[in-house]
Amino acid sequence: MDAFILQLLNGLDKGGAYALIALGLTLVFGTLGVVNFAHGALFMLGAFCAVTLQKILTLSQKVKDESITFFDAYKEQPYLEIWFGETGTTIIEWSVPLSLLLAVPVMLTIGLAMERGLIQFFYKRTHAQQILVTFGLAIVVQEIIKSFYGANPIPMPAPPLLSGTAPIGEFLGIGDVVAYPWWRLIYLLFSFLIIGAVFLFLKYTTYGMVVRAGMQDRATVELLGINVERRFTIVFGIAAVVAGLAGVMYTPIVPPDYHMGMDFLVLSFVVVVVGGMGSLPGAVLAGFMLGILQSFASTNEVKNIFPGIDQIIIYLVAMIVLLTRPRGLLGKKGMMES
Amino acid sequence: MLLSSRSELRTLLIFAAVVLMMPIWLLPLGAAYPDLLQKFAIFGIFVIGYNLFFGLTGYLSFGHATFLGVGSYAAVWCFKLLTVNVLPAIVFGILVSGFFAAVIGFICLRRSGIYFSILTLALAQMCYSLAYSVLTPITNGETSLQMEAHDARLLDSWIAPHVGDGLPITHLFGIPMSGYPGFYFCAVILIISFWFSIRIFNSPFGLQLRAIKSNQERMQYSGYNTRIYLFSAFLISGMYAGLAGSLMAAIDPLAGAERMQWTASGEVVLMTILGGVGTLIGPMLGVGVIKYFENIFSSYNHDALLESFSFLPQPLAEALTFVVSPFVGEGWHLTLGILFMLVVIFLPGGIMEGVDRIRARFSRHKQPQQTEQTT
Repeated sequence: MDAFILQLLNGLDKGGAYALIALGLTLVFGTLGVVNFAHGALFMLGAFCAVTLQKILTLSQKVKDESITFFDAYKEQPYLEIWFGETGTTIIEWSVPLSLLLAVPVMLTIGLAMERGLIQFFYKRTHAQQILVTFGLAIVVQEIIKSFYGANPIPMPAPPLLSGTAPIGEFLGIGDVVAYPWWRLIYLLFSFLIIGAVFLFLKYTTYGMVVRAGMQDRATVELLGINVERRFTIVFGIAAVVAGLAGVMYTPIVPPDYHMGMDFLVLSFVVVVVGGMGSLPGAVLAGFMLGILQSFASTNEVKNIFPGIDQIIIYLVAMIVLLTRPRGLLGKKGMMES
Repeated sequence: MLLSSRSELRTLLIFAAVVLMMPIWLLPLGAAYPDLLQKFAIFGIFVIGYNLFFGLTGYLSFGHATFLGVGSYAAVWCFKLLTVNVLPAIVFGILVSGFFAAVIGFICLRRSGIYFSILTLALAQMCYSLAYSVLTPITNGETSLQMEAHDARLLDSWIAPHVGDGLPITHLFGIPMSGYPGFYFCAVILIISFWFSIRIFNSPFGLQLRAIKSNQERMQYSGYNTRIYLFSAFLISGMYAGLAGSLMAAIDPLAGAERMQWTASGEVVLMTILGGVGTLIGPMLGVGVIKYFENIFSSYNHDALLESFSFLPQPLAEALTFVVSPFVGEGWHLTLGILFMLVVIFLPGGIMEGVDRIRARFSRHKQPQQTEQTT
């Protein structure tokens, strides 16, 4: 039971990341009809927003280390600590959540720039060309990040208040054996929150309604005098922000490096296809489902029966789903089938 | 009938001459050493095969590196178990990768378009992670599969037992497969592969594949079972990749999982696109350009750059070095990515389209009435 709950949480956690990326991918598919292979790069850029903010906050000055008296010793002390004392230290410790504030405008700008600068010229081209150009863009972004931040993963600590483990067992009243890192719980809640916000936005705002209408029948909405293209551009920006925020929050779980985007991208595409191309609920459902499956496949009990199943379970499931339900779990007829 | 027309013969002869003379005419470019020449030939075979599928049918496969890797593994196992003669290894490599291509093609070709791309990508990643971790007894995982002194080599030990402590060298009936002999061996196979691809391009089969690219539905209405054609093309191109992989192993008996990663598949797509998809020669040009510049660019570092700009005044040279250095050496992939994007954006037909455009412009100047161009 304990192990079950832990694996379930693990899976939901991983699934949260998959779902967030897949959600953005699907939004872009559904609105612009563009296959965006650079979406993983957006996730990675989000993570590096957090890295950048941490770097800025910890800009340091060399000061004399008073604790060593034998000789002159110097240590690095961040300006923030020098200027604000305790408050400064706290700000530095909370740099990851703070990066969310930075990531929203930055990712929105990047998203809009990418759409206006590149993607808009590829609406009418073939899917193969869209894949290729965004693949090229992903390589470029990845290499730029690599040349600035190096190839090694950069550890990003969670705020100390949230870095311990949460006694899940006590909450549920099944003893205190089950414990789970706070930050991962927060990531899970966060992904629910973002997914919920996107759905509410699309469902209950006029803007979202127009976007949904545009997804279904673009020509009619345009005939009504609405500038669909601009709305879709903003949707692309939103997708970029979602991916970026997912990246920021993911940094304390896995230290970011330049190819984390690519690693997630392949899986996210599989998630999108399993969920059904163009179906937002499908993407979320498939994201969580595959995350949970992967986490249960990596338990020792399962691995003893099928060695290595954890590595391939997602691909296996994807194959089975695509061969039995070619449109994916919740896919609609006629989506990306021409 | 080996060649159907005189123009085919001419193309083949020119191609053969160009390939076999590479050690001579690449000399001024500083690219005439066996390592690089072998790479040209091997990747040439790889892209010819890839182009037969992607170029003719328009199906974008993102998993072709799998077959390359499988071919390598098969060849190295053949060296280990049977003989260090490369011929059986190549045959074995082609057969095994053909088997993989048949299985993967059977699954993936049930879907088309973007679904096909993602399916091939997923299957390729699956094969990669299997080779990297679970199948370690067969693939030797991270450390790469290599020949060892105590390997069985049944056929070799039956004919003439290997003496001495060192590893036996891969050979073709006594000719060691390294340096120039290795290149010429690859080059001959490249020419044969090229001849085969000309035949396919100009055959009814090639025409049917092209018809699938332009309008699959109409093909189906005319009573063709398109999936069989697609499947055959996928199989052939997978076997080409296996051939390239086993040649790689023949030159250097080593097979690692990183050869199967999806970025490796991306590289093939890149070379094909850069040269010109669906043209006979284009993809080979793509290989030449990418492998050549990879070699040149990645060897430069900061100091070497500074030295090569040393004819300029000092501050200018330093400024230039500062600007250029992110794009060379470690940053070669950045250049590659930018180049790739530029080609896809402005010249989707690759180098061949560029050549055609220039040619069209010149011929228009000479004969205003002949504006027809072939792209």
